[in-house]
Amino acid sequence: MENENANFGPEHEMDPKDNSRRTFLKQSALITTVALTPGIAAKAADMHIDEKIAEAFEKVPLKMEVNGKAHSLMVEPRSTLLDILREQLDLTGTKKGCDYGQCGACTVHVDGHRVNSCLTLGVMVNGKKVTTIEGLAKGDVLHPMQEAFLKHDGFQCGYCTPGQIMSAVACIREGHANSEPEIREYMSGNICRCGAYPNIVNAIQEVKGGGFVV
Amino acid sequence: MKQFQYLRAASQQEALTAIAKPGTKIIAGGTNLVDLMKRGVTAPDKLVDITHLPLKGIVATKTGLHIGALALNSVVSENSLVVQKQPLLAMALKAGASPQLRNMATVGGNMMQCTRCTYFYDTTMPCNKREPGTGCGAMEGYNRMHAIFGASDHCIAVHPSDMCVGLAALDAVVIVTGKKGERRIPMTEFHRLPGDHPETDNTLAPGELILGVEIPDNHFAKNSYYLKVRDRQSYAFALVSVAAALEISGGTIKQARLAMGGVAHKPWRLFEAEKALVGKAATEENFKHAAEIATQGAKAYEYNAFKLRLAPASIAEALKHAAGMA
Repeated sequence: MENENANFGPEHEMDPKDNSRRTFLKQSALITTVALTPGIAAKAADMHIDEKIAEAFEKVPLKMEVNGKAHSLMVEPRSTLLDILREQLDLTGTKKGCDYGQCGACTVHVDGHRVNSCLTLGVMVNGKKVTTIEGLAKGDVLHPMQEAFLKHDGFQCGYCTPGQIMSAVACIREGHANSEPEIREYMSGNICRCGAYPNIVNAIQEVKGGGFVV
Repeated sequence: MKQFQYLRAASQQEALTAIAKPGTKIIAGGTNLVDLMKRGVTAPDKLVDITHLPLKGIVATKTGLHIGALALNSVVSENSLVVQKQPLLAMALKAGASPQLRNMATVGGNMMQCTRCTYFYDTTMPCNKREPGTGCGAMEGYNRMHAIFGASDHCIAVHPSDMCVGLAALDAVVIVTGKKGERRIPMTEFHRLPGDHPETDNTLAPGELILGVEIPDNHFAKNSYYLKVRDRQSYAFALVSVAAALEISGGTIKQARLAMGGVAHKPWRLFEAEKALVGKAATEENFKHAAEIATQGAKAYEYNAFKLRLAPASIAEALKHAAGMA
């Protein structure tokens, strides 16, 4: 991994020599052809070994803190924060709904602000702090918003719930939970197909009214 | 999504050098670009991340308000200078997208976003904007969301921004820089009509970078309003929207600014209607008259004829709100 890092030069310049994937594939294909007998070379091509080598080469370093824990990863630039959380860090609480920024199921906090992780490139979160639904509870003690969603039945199927809860916490922190219309407006980025909206609003109003520190 | 190279620009110069190469695109908030890349509508070889450049400031100058290209939509909409001096812009921003998206989207990125025409996004469909020469799927298709002003035989898409409608009404100027140095583009001339080249959304030259936007000081703060009419109450693109700003003195309109969203390939300023309002009393009758003038020459397609009635009604309604009569 350290050697791979070294290939990318200074932190801000990921690819100083303009080594495109194509150039790399050509070079590695040439090496393969020279080094291997035709039969083995064909087999290597079948197994997409060039692709696999190129993928590893093209990964870029990503350092971020997730739920208080520091992570140092190698990721493809095209990987979204959502996919990295779910596939590389096994934090599957954050849900993939539409994957196009239209539903809010993927909502997480980056440096304390709610964002759609499906439209966030992981590499752009470098050096930042991410909080997911797994980071809200303190051990076995649920966050007040999680308790309120349970108490008010703020979900049916539950798929949108992690995003709803992350958004609900942000809604109070931003100071936009002062009335039902305001809560509805500032929760509009989270769609609930089951239609649990009235109960979600009730849960948020209870947490807001209860003076909990969120 | 096609693989690409990623460069985190450490300086404006580094960003300008990088974007001079074809196949390179700038990324800031990414709320539209990542979406487009996932769908294969665009596939850049290289992305230049400009979010580390110092272009986030919101500053009052001698003549107006300067807002940096990287200021977040959420930050601008809550900024005290903006709320106090240009409340119309704050209203327009809050009408757009969702709180999460506004936390990511930047002022420059908002200007650069693409139409949400479904035929542009569906790569199995013809679209002159996505692939020049293939035809327009919307023209004979489901064109409920489409233009009633300034469309061409090649494209009837609309620009989706709310922020830009507010900025167009407020005579904002976009400041850009490139190889030839800085230049200033009035917001009303930043986006263009489709004409024969619907693939070109705006007048930003290749290799240019948006630095920010300036709104000249005005006397509209007391009497301005942004009305957005959409299929649901929030988090949806406009069927039509209206930015209305009035300067009223003793019941008489001294100055008027009107712009519409959801009706054209660019934020649509209503210059003739503005002229018709100046010197008139702020009455519902005069607002309706101006709305009629504004929508003369509008042309509908099979599924968006409702906009021919919705547009003037929305203009009159927005003016009533702006004048404090609603």
